[in-house]
Amino acid sequence: MKHLLDIGVLTPDDLHHLMALTDHMVEVNQRPIPKVPALRGKTVVNLFFENSTRTLTSFDTAARRLSADVMNFAVSSSSVNKGESLRDTIETISAMGVDAFVVRHKSSGAPMQVTKWTNASVVNAGDGWHQHPTQALLDCYTIRTHLNRRTGFDGLHIAIVGDIKHSRVARSNVQAFTALGAHVTLVAPPTLLPPAVETWPVTVSHDLDSLIAKVDVLYLLRMQRERMVDALVPSLREYTGAYGLTPLRAARLRPHALVMHPGPMNRGVEMAVDPSELPGSMVLHQVTNGVAVRMAVLFELLGSGADLATSA
Amino acid sequence: MTTVIIRGGTVLDQHGERPADVTIVDGIITAVGATGPDGATGADDMASAAVVLDARGCYVTPGLVDLHVHLREPGREEAETIQTGSRAAALGGFTAIVAMPNTEPPHDTLATIEFVRAQGRRAGLCDVVPAGCITVARAGVALAPLGELAAAGVHLFTDDGNGVQDPGLMRRALEYARPLGITLAQHCEVTSLTKGAVMHEGSCCSHLGLPGWPAIAEELMVHRDIELVRLTGAPVHFLHLSTARSVALVRAAKADGLPVTAEAAPHHFTLSDELLASFDAVYKVNPPLRTPADIAAIKAGLADGTIDAIATDHAPHPPEAKEAPLDEAPPGMLGLETALALAITELDMPIADVIAALSWKPAAIAGLAGRHGCPIISGSPANITVFDPALQWTVVPAQLASLSRNTPYAGRTLRGKVRHTIFAGVPVVINGRAQR
Repeated sequence: MKHLLDIGVLTPDDLHHLMALTDHMVEVNQRPIPKVPALRGKTVVNLFFENSTRTLTSFDTAARRLSADVMNFAVSSSSVNKGESLRDTIETISAMGVDAFVVRHKSSGAPMQVTKWTNASVVNAGDGWHQHPTQALLDCYTIRTHLNRRTGFDGLHIAIVGDIKHSRVARSNVQAFTALGAHVTLVAPPTLLPPAVETWPVTVSHDLDSLIAKVDVLYLLRMQRERMVDALVPSLREYTGAYGLTPLRAARLRPHALVMHPGPMNRGVEMAVDPSELPGSMVLHQVTNGVAVRMAVLFELLGSGADLATSA
Repeated sequence: MTTVIIRGGTVLDQHGERPADVTIVDGIITAVGATGPDGATGADDMASAAVVLDARGCYVTPGLVDLHVHLREPGREEAETIQTGSRAAALGGFTAIVAMPNTEPPHDTLATIEFVRAQGRRAGLCDVVPAGCITVARAGVALAPLGELAAAGVHLFTDDGNGVQDPGLMRRALEYARPLGITLAQHCEVTSLTKGAVMHEGSCCSHLGLPGWPAIAEELMVHRDIELVRLTGAPVHFLHLSTARSVALVRAAKADGLPVTAEAAPHHFTLSDELLASFDAVYKVNPPLRTPADIAAIKAGLADGTIDAIATDHAPHPPEAKEAPLDEAPPGMLGLETALALAITELDMPIADVIAALSWKPAAIAGLAGRHGCPIISGSPANITVFDPALQWTVVPAQLASLSRNTPYAGRTLRGKVRHTIFAGVPVVINGRAQR
């Protein structure tokens, strides 16, 4: 595997392999000194054209625990506003000698374009509404661990609730969850569903209350406040009333059901209950697993077979 | 006295197809004679004093006319100039091109119109025919000086790149235009439905996470303008139709006898939205590449005459602009040098119908009848295209005459190539080479 751009190109075997590798990284992270020399001498560049402190920090931590050298570039403005093209930025940094770019960009497809201008590996850390493959991997890993589903997700029912249309997390997770055998239901008003949703391998519902007591995983998406400006929903109040996880709805969750969120949460909107009071809340587990999954991805792309058992 | 003889080809025009040599003297066709068995004709006695162009294996047709070209000058000369665009046009077989008004400054004053014409004459490779703006600065607020520009000979008016959003303003523009004898050409796009749009709204865009440009955004404005034509009686030309339903609407309007015409671009009958999966902005165009079903409908519309003309929407952009992420890259693709070959290669239509859609039908829409698209008969102005319909060639962006390289057909092998182009009696392209 040279790049990780799109979770949809991974086979179920690929997903299982990466999750098995993540098991090793979880073990590394539990050591007194959570660091291995696996990527010593490798240089990883985190190139974030869109602000995301949590994802940047997660990738940064992952690379350092594998002993890679890390450069972080946070480019808040778009390449056009900055006056340097994406190509020139990539070619310039690439010329310094780089083994991997971790790219976050507001534009769908930007990480794919990056691969044309560098020989380094490229990891998509989220592009536009398109893909967020490491998020999908960490979510799969979290479900696998907490529902004890090492062999696959057959028979699991996962509801993804909220703004599917504008969500790279939803696009990646639908592909990964269904590839592993889960049944996915998208729950949203029609204005927040993607066009041609009938071509997605999912069922669609506009009624969270009829589903809440049946699902194994309730996956909530962040409700962006600017969606109100576009008249996609009348108000946050109405959204929360119909699609938010309220205490009443939380009480109807099955005892084993997981509640997940990619963060950052809008408390009182999609998460209208304190997640720390939910026994099935995975929110912080997701963050923890995110580091291990990103270690696995970087090791898979850059590792030269160095022994993970060796301490740094 | 300048004499040009086009020898050994097959003349193809509105009167049909026949083997003939064509003699041109001082810009006018003076003789169209039957070719003998060995290519010898009565024109031979003049041959010593003439430029003789070999047309064996070629069609000799009225010069092609492109209703839709972005020449970028004035304002964006790094992408194209009137000279380089004219050269690309001549190499593509065009003897007249309609220059779209979205320049900087735009074609909303006589000064800009005259500048574009003068630069076209200076290039001397084809007629550069500026379209005027419908509204000042293409802003959709106030009418451009339609009467003044019409009096100066401007026939087509459009805000291309923008559709006239306000139905009240479009109605007034049509009412005002009717006695002027001009034609308003609409870029059909209801922009409140295409905010941020990058590609066709459908299953591809859904999976790629790119903002969609729904078909309805075009069709609503086609429908609105058909009804405004019905109300006002003024003609409308529909630019670059891209959807099946648009074609059906125009077909019905023509059946009602309304004065509407339409064009389609080669990329809308050859390329589909699946290409955007590459995230390569060379495939970003406005209106966007649509579905295979839309492509079939565009082809059917061309075949039955619902769509009158093939127009390129030639839209040069420099490499750095097209290397940007899809949502930042400007829309548009080159078209002048590939249009004829794409039409020959991809359309299942009699060659005479293909040339009609590339020559005399667009000439009439542009108000150029009598100058361009004239039958190849004695007395006609000598704007002539000679092309080999069988010659295969591969599109190499670096070999195109345009200043820009944004062709979506790089590496594609096409059939049909221009051998000679004669503009105003002067061979401006000989054996596939521009003469200036």
